[in-house]
Formats: sequence, C-alpha cells, structure tokens
Amino acid sequence: MSKVRVLVGTHKGAFVLTSDGKREKWDVSGPHFAGWELYHVKGSPVDTSRIYASQTSGWFGQIIQRSDDGGKTWTQPGTPPGEQNTPQGPQKGESNKFVYKTSPENGGKPLTTHQWYDGTQHPWEFKRVWHLEPSLTDADTVYAGVEDAAIFKSTNGGKSWEEMPGLRGHGTGPKWQPGAGGMCLHSIVLDAKDPKRMYIAISAAGAFRTDDGGNSWKPINKGLKSQYIPDPNAEVGHCVHHIAAHPARPSVLFMQKHWDVMRSDDAGDSWHEVSGNLPTDFGFVIDVHAHEPETIYVVPIKSDGEHFPPDGKLRVYRSRTGGNEWEPLTKGLPQSDCYVNILRDSMAVDSLDKCGIYFGTTGGQVYASHDAGDNWAPIVQNLPAVFSVEVQTLR
Amino acid sequence: MIRVVLPPHLRTLAHVGMEVSIDVQGAITQRSILDALEASYPMLCGTIRDHDTKERRPFLRFFVCGEDWSHESPDHPLPQEVAGGKEPFLVIGAIAGG
Repeated sequence: MSKVRVLVGTHKGAFVLTSDGKREKWDVSGPHFAGWELYHVKGSPVDTSRIYASQTSGWFGQIIQRSDDGGKTWTQPGTPPGEQNTPQGPQKGESNKFVYKTSPENGGKPLTTHQWYDGTQHPWEFKRVWHLEPSLTDADTVYAGVEDAAIFKSTNGGKSWEEMPGLRGHGTGPKWQPGAGGMCLHSIVLDAKDPKRMYIAISAAGAFRTDDGGNSWKPINKGLKSQYIPDPNAEVGHCVHHIAAHPARPSVLFMQKHWDVMRSDDAGDSWHEVSGNLPTDFGFVIDVHAHEPETIYVVPIKSDGEHFPPDGKLRVYRSRTGGNEWEPLTKGLPQSDCYVNILRDSMAVDSLDKCGIYFGTTGGQVYASHDAGDNWAPIVQNLPAVFSVEVQTLR
Repeated sequence: MIRVVLPPHLRTLAHVGMEVSIDVQGAITQRSILDALEASYPMLCGTIRDHDTKERRPFLRFFVCGEDWSHESPDHPLPQEVAGGKEPFLVIGAIAGG
C-alpha cells in the first residue's frame, strides 16, 4: 500500500510525518537537529530513502545532513558520526563548505559584486542554504540554492560542493539586491523532459534559466512588473517569491511574485499576470496539482507590510484554469483570528490518485487535504514556525 | 593533552560530552588548537571558524583563564595553564536573540 512521508523544516528542527495512503493518521518523528534552523528538507525522487537537509544557525553556520533510511538516522555526508579524522586521513568535513568561485582571468578577484541596501556595490558573503533540489536521475547529485544568491552542485551525495559560476557571472549580478529576507536563491525547478534545462529564482533579482546544464544562464523576467523598483519592467531586480511547474509540462511556469501571480507558457521567455479575482495577489507559495497541470494553488497574504491572511481567514485559493479564475478553499481551515504566514517553500503535493496538498504555517501547523483542496485538516500542530514542507509518495 | 569545552549544539554535532581532550603539536595557540580540533572532529569544520577564511564566526567567543581572547591574534601563544592542561580552552556561543 502506498505511504506518504512529509518532511517539515522549522525554526527549531526538522520533523518527519508519515501516514498510509488514506492520509488520516499521522506519525510524527522529531525534532531532528533540535534547536537548529532547518531551511529545507527534501527527498530524492530516484531513491526515496535518500533525504537531504539544510541545517543552519546564526552561531555555527551551515551544516548539510543526509539520511539514507528515510529520515530515521542522519549523517553529515562523508563524515559518519563519531568517526574521527587523522592528519594523514582523507579530507573530510567538506560537506559544509560553500565557497564562491573567483575570476581566474581577473587574478582571483571576486566574480562579481551585488547591490547593497544603500545602492553601493557589496561583495558576496555566504550565509546559508535555502533550498536543496535533488536530481531527477541521480541520487548523489543535488543542487543547493544559497544566500548570498548562487547555485552550488554536489555529485557525491553532498560530500562536497562546487558553485556553478555561470549564474553569478553572466553579467547582471551587480544589479541584484537583497530582499527583506536576504539575497537568497530559493527556487530550483528541474526540467523533467530536458536534463540540460533548469530554472531558478532569486529574491530580489528575478528568474533565470539555463539550457546547457548550468554553464550559461539568462534572466527570464520579461512581462514582470514591479512598481517598487526604479524601473518596473527591469531585466532584473524583481522580488520573485516562488516558481513551480508540472513535471509533465515543464515549459509552463507559475510564479508567486512579491505582488502578482504570474504565468509563462514559453519556459519563462515571457510572463503574464493571472492574479484574476484573488483577494490579494501578494503571497509566497505556489504549487501545481500532481495530475492536473492547469490546477494551481496559492495562499494569498494581505500585503508586504502585513504578512498574514486577509481578514484573519486562512484560505487556499485554487484555479482549475491555470490562473485568473480562483476559488477559495476554506473547509477545515481557520476562518477567524488567523494571523500566520505561509513561507515560500512551505507547500507541496503528493502524487496519490486523489492528489494531496500540504502546507505549513509560521504558527507551527501543517495542514493537509487529501482531496485536492476541498477539505483540510491539521496533521500536526504547535511545531516551531514552519520554513518548508516537502512530500514523498512512497509506493 | 589540551582540554576544549564546546557549546551544547557543537557537542551534539560531534557526538561528544562537554569537554574533549586533543593532542596538539607545537606551539599552543588558538589556531593550533582549532586545527587539531577540526582534524579530530571534521564535522565541526566551518562551525567555529569560516570554512574558507578561517576567521572566527561572529557569534562565538574564545575564553581562556577567565579572559576573552577572541580578538587576540590566532597565533598568539596561550597561557601555560592551557598548554599544561590545567585550564580548558572555552568556545562560547554569544547569548543573543532575546
């Protein structure tokens, strides 16, 4: 029988929730890495026992953790717990090392600088890993989206990481600037049909695409309009919050921007707004139904200054038309006095026959619907603030 | 042997108790202690010093014999009490975050 595993990253640890295919009773394990911030936890689609986690702390920096048994036990890749190194031994402890590439033609100087809050140029400084995206074809290959914004790749199960410098080095880097949450690369979408194509998004720079496996990148922000930047139609500088695509139709992209819900039908070459009748088009999450590529979900948030649902009512909005026409989904969700936020990586779907939709809140609830959004129930409550939710469908 | 006291989260990460003893060759300095610590416990690489620059992470402090040595040169010899194992080298996390 099918099972579902929900991976939850929170402000104070990671939690693994499991259920059978009915998705009615949930077992909760955790906190794993208690006291640490878990920005993202995601499983490999190739080997569902393989899970990667980004464990981070303002005090102690970045740790990469990996489980090879579905989240029961964890190790830092290449450094088993309790194993000590020797001066003559192999190089270890590299799994946490994220070092930006420099420019060899320029005498080893930084590849580029970015715009600081006061408009001056500022060097890149590594802060943390926001997003881990395991490869669709190789369990040992995984991509990391980091702050300050860059993409790194590991081909040895997270033991070591190397920046893909074509992104920062393509030329627009000096125009990128940090959003309120920092200058983070938070979205990585791998094209299920074209292994050389992937999309990423950065706050606040915009969306970018590679068609050659990450060697070269270009901005794909035509059609985005952001009134809060000097040129609302700029090539880069847009505060994209999340992008999503259906695996069967990867050239159709959906975006929740700072304000505006957007859609592209040409792999990001152009975008048009599909906010339609949403009560507010500010928000963070967006996701696509597992079996219906035109059915998409967002959770509207009141505004950039008030990060909670409008009128204190927690409502998921569903469009069955790929945008523009939206219906509120409220059954089982609090419809009064609810002032939580739903952060950008906190929504996911399972791929069972009746698609399950999941999202986590900064109030520590994880809500689930096992009928594509018609009815909702909390599957766990009172966790620390939820940073990320990912789902594995186990068959 | 040099005694090193770690903050709680790093003890968990390294699977050790409050204090570890490590063998340090040559002059006893912040740098030589941390080099030996990271060699013995590679899971701590990057958590006390930046992986690349080897600079102390901003929210950590190094205390020796009741004094803050965080802003001393990493190559400055530490007191004999530490070199002789009488006093530990303390890695302390700042109380921050409210």
